[in-house]
Amino acid sequence: MNRRVVRRFVSNAMVGLMVLAVVVALLPLFFILADLIVKGAGSLSVDFFTKMPAPAGETGGGVAHAIVGTLIIVGTASLIGLPVGVAAGIYCAEYPGSRLTWVTRFVADVMNGTPSIVVGVFAWAWIVATQKHFSALAGSAALAMLMIPMVLRTTEEMIKLVPNSLREAALALGYPRWRTSLAVVVRTTLPGIVTGSLLAVARIAGETAPLLFTALGSQYMGLDVNQPMAALPLTVFTYATGPYEEWHRYAWAAALVLIMVVFVLSLGARLAIGRRFNLNG
Amino acid sequence: MTFSTDAADNITPMTTTLASEPVTRPPAQDPSSLELASYGDRVFRWLLTLGALSIPILLGFLVYELWSGARLAVDKFGFDFVTSSTWDPVAEEFGAFPLIFGTLISSVVALAIAVPLSLGVAIYLSEFAPKFVRQPVAFLISLLAAIPSVVYGLWGIFVLIPILRTTAFPFLRDVFGFLPLFQGPIYGPSMFSAGIILAIMVMPYIMSVSREVLLAVPDTQREAALALGATRWEAVITAVLPYARSGIAGAVILGLGRALGETMAVTMLIGNRHEIAASLFAPGYTMAAAIANEFSEAVGDMHLSALAYVAFLLFVVTVLVNAGARLLIWRVARGSGIGSKAL
Repeated sequence: MNRRVVRRFVSNAMVGLMVLAVVVALLPLFFILADLIVKGAGSLSVDFFTKMPAPAGETGGGVAHAIVGTLIIVGTASLIGLPVGVAAGIYCAEYPGSRLTWVTRFVADVMNGTPSIVVGVFAWAWIVATQKHFSALAGSAALAMLMIPMVLRTTEEMIKLVPNSLREAALALGYPRWRTSLAVVVRTTLPGIVTGSLLAVARIAGETAPLLFTALGSQYMGLDVNQPMAALPLTVFTYATGPYEEWHRYAWAAALVLIMVVFVLSLGARLAIGRRFNLNG
Repeated sequence: MTFSTDAADNITPMTTTLASEPVTRPPAQDPSSLELASYGDRVFRWLLTLGALSIPILLGFLVYELWSGARLAVDKFGFDFVTSSTWDPVAEEFGAFPLIFGTLISSVVALAIAVPLSLGVAIYLSEFAPKFVRQPVAFLISLLAAIPSVVYGLWGIFVLIPILRTTAFPFLRDVFGFLPLFQGPIYGPSMFSAGIILAIMVMPYIMSVSREVLLAVPDTQREAALALGATRWEAVITAVLPYARSGIAGAVILGLGRALGETMAVTMLIGNRHEIAASLFAPGYTMAAAIANEFSEAVGDMHLSALAYVAFLLFVVTVLVNAGARLLIWRVARGSGIGSKAL
């Protein structure tokens, strides 16, 4: 009798500890979001989105150049990374027996675990060192490379959810294999592939390390991908580590904008995936 | 493999896709339409193959570029690079030991904090939590993984470090001051601050991967233990965790891989000093942080090459760590994509 009470007590105590772990694990999330809103929201204004930064020491101004820069860099990265990732994902799902599938999947896993700073060094050696100047394009290449394995995996997982009977039906109707793949399999999973891509875009939008010595950052509005370009994450980094109080305020506001972009993208993607495919377990 | 082969080769992968079904394409007899179809198939497959092939090629290219960038430093310093502690860009003498040391220590601190927390959360969510709690909590924790590294750094500089410096660090020094780990002057930016921010950052990865591993444990394990009269906790300890052991180890190692390569937040919090100190309150440096700080400002070829060497070492270590993690996870859930999805 006594032992049973002890055992039940231990069981309940462990559950209590685990609930405590959940609370502790969630605390940073709430603190970070709350601090971002408290310290960042006050500096958000129309000027913040439309004006260039004011000279150091003066107040006012904004980070329009960084917002435009992030859009261009991430957009270019998506143009490079998404088609490759989706194509490779379809390949891996449609030809699961091929040796290339095994290799690609394995290499994608390796790339997924590669630190983003290493990919940045690669993009530097590949593009910046050969062109002899920093460029937004090099940053986009690095981001694209980070994106490819994520897109590949989500695409593959999505396509694997398509029941085989659908393929068979199309094949039985005389569709060639490529039309079966595109018009039936990919088309059924298109919302999943799109949301998976959004998730990958959200992940790279906040990447800073690969941009440090590729896109480099800039104080001016630039639209040329062959030149150094500002980006929101770089702005957060420079302003946070800078000496001025005014810069710190900018850093908080820029971080708030950045995190809103990232959250809207990944929340939207996740909700869509969850509802349609119930992938979240 | 693609264009050069005939139709027979095109059929092979299809039969494997539909292994259980007798349906295969009829043998090519009607030349007109079937030839067209097979032409389309070839182009389609060729395009996809191009996409799939580009990934191993890219990685090969990455390894080549890193290696050729590091060549200069490799030739000059050889393997002593790993054990030497001088870092003098002016004299062009470089040794990465303080960087490797800092990378390891900050990651170990991070894991020491993150592993118990994330395992607690993972076990709770997969075994005990009521249904309506599971999804929202898992979702909130995955939001932690979506926060960009640089935002963690910002928060660390302006919120976490002031708190740690005024409350947690003095407390730790008073209580555990007899250990060399918690002695010496208290700086804000330090190995310990970096370890804590890293812990917050790797926790979602360890949590979600070990939760997936736990969900892959067959229910019969739990039922058997419960049927023998175990409490629910005892069922977890005696039947579920041993089954999931290697997968959970894989999850932890995956977290280690993330911690080793994490750059921005660590760069902003660790203090960036090429030194080795016994105390966790002292500033340090990591491999990733050194690359981030010095690469764009390096002037000499040897300095650049030394940093590329560091990048190459970091790459090799993370690849080994991740490959090990993957193998361990596959022991529990064979061939699954657990841990390789975008979180």
